[in-house]
Amino acid sequence: MIEAPLAASPTQAPASAAPTLVVRDLCTHFPTEAGVVRAVDGVSFDVAPGRILGLVGESGSGKSQTGFSILGLIEPPGAVVGGSIVFEGRDITHLPERAMRRLRGNRIAMVFQDPMMTLNPVLTIGTHLVETLRAHQPVSRSEAARRACEALAAVGIPAPAERLDAYPHEFSGGMRQRVAIAIALLHRPALIIADEPTTALDVTIQAQILFEVQKLARAQGTAVIWISHDLAVVSALADDIAVMYAGRIVERGPARAVLAHPAHPYTRGLIGSVASQNQRGQRLRQIRGMPPRLADLPAGCAFRARCDHATAACEAAPAESTVAPGHHLRCFHPQP
Amino acid sequence: MSAATPAALEARAVSQLYARPARAFEGLARRLGLASPARPVQALDRVSVRVERGEVVGLVGESGCGKSTLARIVAGIRPPTSGEVLVDGKPLASLAGREAIAAKLRTQMIFQDPYASLNPRMRVSDIIAEAPRLHGLIEGSESDFVDRALERTGLDPSFKRRYPHQFSGGQRQRVVIARALAVSPEVLVCDEPVSALDVSIQAQVLNLFLDLREQLRLTYLFISHDLGVVHHVSDRVVIMYLGRVVEEAPTEEIFRRPNHPYTQALLAETPRIAPGQREFSPISGEMPSPSNPPSGCHFHPRCPHAMPVCRSVAPPLEAVAPGHRSACHLNRMPSTLEQEIPQ
Repeated sequence: MIEAPLAASPTQAPASAAPTLVVRDLCTHFPTEAGVVRAVDGVSFDVAPGRILGLVGESGSGKSQTGFSILGLIEPPGAVVGGSIVFEGRDITHLPERAMRRLRGNRIAMVFQDPMMTLNPVLTIGTHLVETLRAHQPVSRSEAARRACEALAAVGIPAPAERLDAYPHEFSGGMRQRVAIAIALLHRPALIIADEPTTALDVTIQAQILFEVQKLARAQGTAVIWISHDLAVVSALADDIAVMYAGRIVERGPARAVLAHPAHPYTRGLIGSVASQNQRGQRLRQIRGMPPRLADLPAGCAFRARCDHATAACEAAPAESTVAPGHHLRCFHPQP
Repeated sequence: MSAATPAALEARAVSQLYARPARAFEGLARRLGLASPARPVQALDRVSVRVERGEVVGLVGESGCGKSTLARIVAGIRPPTSGEVLVDGKPLASLAGREAIAAKLRTQMIFQDPYASLNPRMRVSDIIAEAPRLHGLIEGSESDFVDRALERTGLDPSFKRRYPHQFSGGQRQRVVIARALAVSPEVLVCDEPVSALDVSIQAQVLNLFLDLREQLRLTYLFISHDLGVVHHVSDRVVIMYLGRVVEEAPTEEIFRRPNHPYTQALLAETPRIAPGQREFSPISGEMPSPSNPPSGCHFHPRCPHAMPVCRSVAPPLEAVAPGHRSACHLNRMPSTLEQEIPQ
């Protein structure tokens, strides 16, 4: 584990090639009456500055809990029980809450799926932005208002100065998500974790948000973790893709490699079951069965009950292997 | 589209206005200048859609375009403000007694959210058998009837004593489908039937729709915002924008030669699985509020080809090719069309 002195200024941060975030063997467990839920079970990945990692999975795969673990937002009795999270060279796995609060909303920002739930309905948009700014920097109210205005303009909100006095309900869903992104970008964070941020939005509005995020990540060198169930969105946006299933990353690598040469049967199944990948009107290639319950996962590979290639070997958990440079896999039977 | 064979389901110039009911003393307040009149929301503006027997028509549009309102009207759940719904060529509103009941049973609806559309306090067997029991459609024992209904949608009949919360999302949607099929409908109106499901489960449920279509010769009005899904299941596609139909065509035709600028934008911006990132060049703006729609063509404030005429005159839906209709002023100037929308 790498320990950096707390006083290190951003200019002394590792060279730009060093990853912004290094996650190794992360385990987040929740004790329940039905048994221990291994929501995140040995997850490893890196995100470099200016890169977008698409974290893909179905509901219950642990993709959101991975995001919450990084932000230190796991609610007890759940807890990060193993592994390490190294952010800008500093281990933040078990950072005290006070120190974590200095990072959250400042160096690491988060954008959630439903902007109606994350914006306070009784505060104006301006208050949201100004409070976020002043929580981390000693700026005057007028200076904060000026920067809030700039932030709204940067995400494509027309007439930002007038919109500062508006309340969230006066904004459409797409506009509210732009505000949420503007708040996330206020302190020029090194890392943004976006959890299904366009799932609730229409196609044309989704394209606008993806456009803004792609532009801003490149311009500011921000590392982005884009959590989504939608492979199509991720394939358009991400540099790297990690596919999660039942708490584990089953395949990860450069987006081009994972999409063009998926090696894990689950990744292949996901790509193959999308309607546009099939002959029109024919039955779709489907993955049979249902995702397993996390409280009683089968031993070994969690996908084996739904997999056409499973053998006796799959009753042991496959370790991560490398199929090509940067392209990793957890499977005993990689597909050509 | 000959008039000789009546369509399985047809909406003819259907409009729907939602107006807030007047509040007490509002008339007085308005006269004193203290209140402005409530503005009605025009959810549908003279929409005509035909679904032929055995056909799957995909209805596409973004939120607020009126597609769910249209679904409820053609399914007979609510009457339109004006216009009429025809079932096998007969106006639904003119039917009475047994005929009206039969016409309504013929069309069943599948809703988006299988968590909200099943009564949590009823067992699956009652959810499925309630309507056919009431209408006297069960021949033989009810238990066998429920077993067959569950098997048809790929569920284990031993589940019939369970409650909805004991099922996963995909299984619940199968229960919803089994319930709709229990009254032997000919037409299913499906409002975003797979949007709430996980990707791997979506494929299973879409396959079920395709299988049932073949087995039971069903007709579908299939509503979705997902163009990939609509492309896969539909014979014909209807595109709506802000309460109006802007384009309709056979599926292959509309995906290969989209005519309306809105359809073109939708197709361009739908993410597809393809290796390699892409640059986004989204159309600007958002769908305006249906309570205050733009004049003329509703799409003109966002349209890259907008002309002065678009601001004042709503373009009619006109044929641009056989079976392909589009509501755009560009089509009235053939030279402009060829220049601006190269194929």
